[in-house]
Amino acid sequence: MEFDLFLVLLAIPLVSGALLTVVGEREWAPNLNIIASGGTFLAAALLTADIIANGPRFALGEQFFIDSMNVFFVALTAFVGFTTSIFSGPYMRNEREHGRLSAPRLRLYKSMFQLFMFTMLVALTTNNMGILWVAMEAATLTTVLLVSLYRTPASLEAAWKYFILCGVGIAQALFGTILLYFAAERVLGETGNSLLWTHLVDVKGSLEPAIMALSFIFLLVGYGTKVGLAPLHNWLPDAHAEGPTPVSAVLSGLLLNVALYAVLRSKVLADGAIGGDFAGNLMMGFGLLTLLMAAFFLGRQKDIKRMFAYSSIEHMGLITFAFGMGGAVANFAGLLHMTMHSLTKSAIFFAVGHATQKTGTQLIADIRGLIRINPVIGWGLMLGTLAILGMPPFGVFASEFMILTHAMKYYPWATPILLLALGVAFAQIFGKVQPMVFGDTHAKRLPHAPAITPVFLHLLIVLMLGLWIPPYLTRWFEEAARMLG
Amino acid sequence: MSADIPLSAQLINLCASVILLLAFAMLAQRRVMQLINLFALQGLVLCLSTLVVAVTTQQHHLYYSAGLTLALKALLLPWILHRLVRKLYVKWDVESLVNVPTTMLVGVVLVMIAFNVAQPISILSQTISRGTLGIALAVVMLAFLMMITRTKAIPQVVGFLAMENGLFLAATSATYGMPMVVELGIALDVLVGVIILGVFFFQIRDQFDSLDIRHMERLKDN
Repeated sequence: MEFDLFLVLLAIPLVSGALLTVVGEREWAPNLNIIASGGTFLAAALLTADIIANGPRFALGEQFFIDSMNVFFVALTAFVGFTTSIFSGPYMRNEREHGRLSAPRLRLYKSMFQLFMFTMLVALTTNNMGILWVAMEAATLTTVLLVSLYRTPASLEAAWKYFILCGVGIAQALFGTILLYFAAERVLGETGNSLLWTHLVDVKGSLEPAIMALSFIFLLVGYGTKVGLAPLHNWLPDAHAEGPTPVSAVLSGLLLNVALYAVLRSKVLADGAIGGDFAGNLMMGFGLLTLLMAAFFLGRQKDIKRMFAYSSIEHMGLITFAFGMGGAVANFAGLLHMTMHSLTKSAIFFAVGHATQKTGTQLIADIRGLIRINPVIGWGLMLGTLAILGMPPFGVFASEFMILTHAMKYYPWATPILLLALGVAFAQIFGKVQPMVFGDTHAKRLPHAPAITPVFLHLLIVLMLGLWIPPYLTRWFEEAARMLG
Repeated sequence: MSADIPLSAQLINLCASVILLLAFAMLAQRRVMQLINLFALQGLVLCLSTLVVAVTTQQHHLYYSAGLTLALKALLLPWILHRLVRKLYVKWDVESLVNVPTTMLVGVVLVMIAFNVAQPISILSQTISRGTLGIALAVVMLAFLMMITRTKAIPQVVGFLAMENGLFLAATSATYGMPMVVELGIALDVLVGVIILGVFFFQIRDQFDSLDIRHMERLKDN
């Protein structure tokens, strides 16, 4: 029974991706997309309940492993995938009526969306560090053609940059994986199981520290490219700005998380082998650099999606820093912040998507008076922005507060840098979003009413988690945080 | 010169040096077709070197690896790239590489860095081919350099694939290859990647009337 559930989770996106390719663009294809994503979410929710009740388990021999840490990411991924598919229904219909997308492109979009979900779920649940790499690379491949979906010069450029930069990054991660296997083979012997994370974690203390240090550097830089860590973050704003908005939402809300998850799995091994703060210090350094860089680039953006892409980089920097500090509290805060960021940022992208469709532009200067065009979208964007900027009572405040207080206690030198970056980001984003929401307007009617529910559903959860975190969720976070060491 | 090194190890080292030489040749090659041929040759030598390791150590899965390398990197990928180049009519697309000597010098420095980085690790390795780990890292770095210096899309992709060759060499020299399931997954990713890029090339050419990625410099932070 449990065994089946996991297979169902992986099979739904894979089969529906193939099915959507075969049937092509029909009237009901968007609904099939939603039903498939809903099914994935249901399977993920049931699986989560099962793991909470019965503890971690393997699937398909030892090839897949589900514990309290990755099941949390699986649930989050499936949930945001589900709401994104709801959002993209009317959004993509509007794009088609505007003549920006044709039927074959919509078919490509839907099938690739499902395959993208599949690769991410494989990356999250695989027990094999090599397969993790393969799935991460496959996630890049499925999204390259989505970023260039509009076939404009700018979108092609963005997709090319995305492919090449992430390709280079992921090649470094492969070298890191080879080194990891090399270190593992000396202890575990030359079996196919030497790359299984559960085996590695058992012997992490006896892995050769010199090799593991080099391996972690390559893995951090490699997967870090996909997380959006400076200095290899350049692909991220372009890909977010030029791709369709649902793709921006899943890239920001999910792909960055999955890449960070890969870094975290590697960090557990590196910590065990090297000891001390080597991996943590590296992550803190990269995190702070990324946070600062993003905060100061935010203000120079003229495109709204680019601006929020930089905001994603900023938050990824903050989360990387939190995990770098390590310890139960900081890990808890990092996991909480990842959840908050995923939900809030995808809600913002949903609202931004509707706003850009209404106004027909992505330029910040040309979007004005959303509150009069459509109060719901206007408030959605405003509340989303306030949430992501860490205003109480939204959940982002709670996680940022935890990260800050922990940093003050153990790494006081980092506090001014954190406060500076967060302050600058606050001023820049709020200053730009405020006139977009309030101000004079030129309205336009859309043929399909936008899907507003996902925006407010996400914000409601973020609000709720800011005020009250259910006890089972706290336990779950705590357990995952403990596993990270 | 050194009689105490077994013939197989000498053969492996020879193959690795040829791969390194080919990496330098690719760095300097201006014609797209020749570049693809060089890449195919590199794949062939890589296959030979894997085969020698397989025969010497009797590691059965390395035979499959060698076969996979031959099929994918020496035959299928070059064939796909050749077809693409013909269909895109960029056969006589000659790049003007102005600073070949400088690039070569940078390449030499990279090789020295790679050898220094790999030194402490290859000491720890017990494989017969451990000496080639430095070469493998050097090939990766040279391919990276090639991706940076090229301005056309296809050479950049060849650079990307050459980087994968270097990583494969690293895997065989340090550990006798990754587990089979991982290697198959990597091969699949590379193949799918090249096919997607093929689609992508046509999109780029339709938009820019060229595969020169210098046209793609609009997206900037300002």
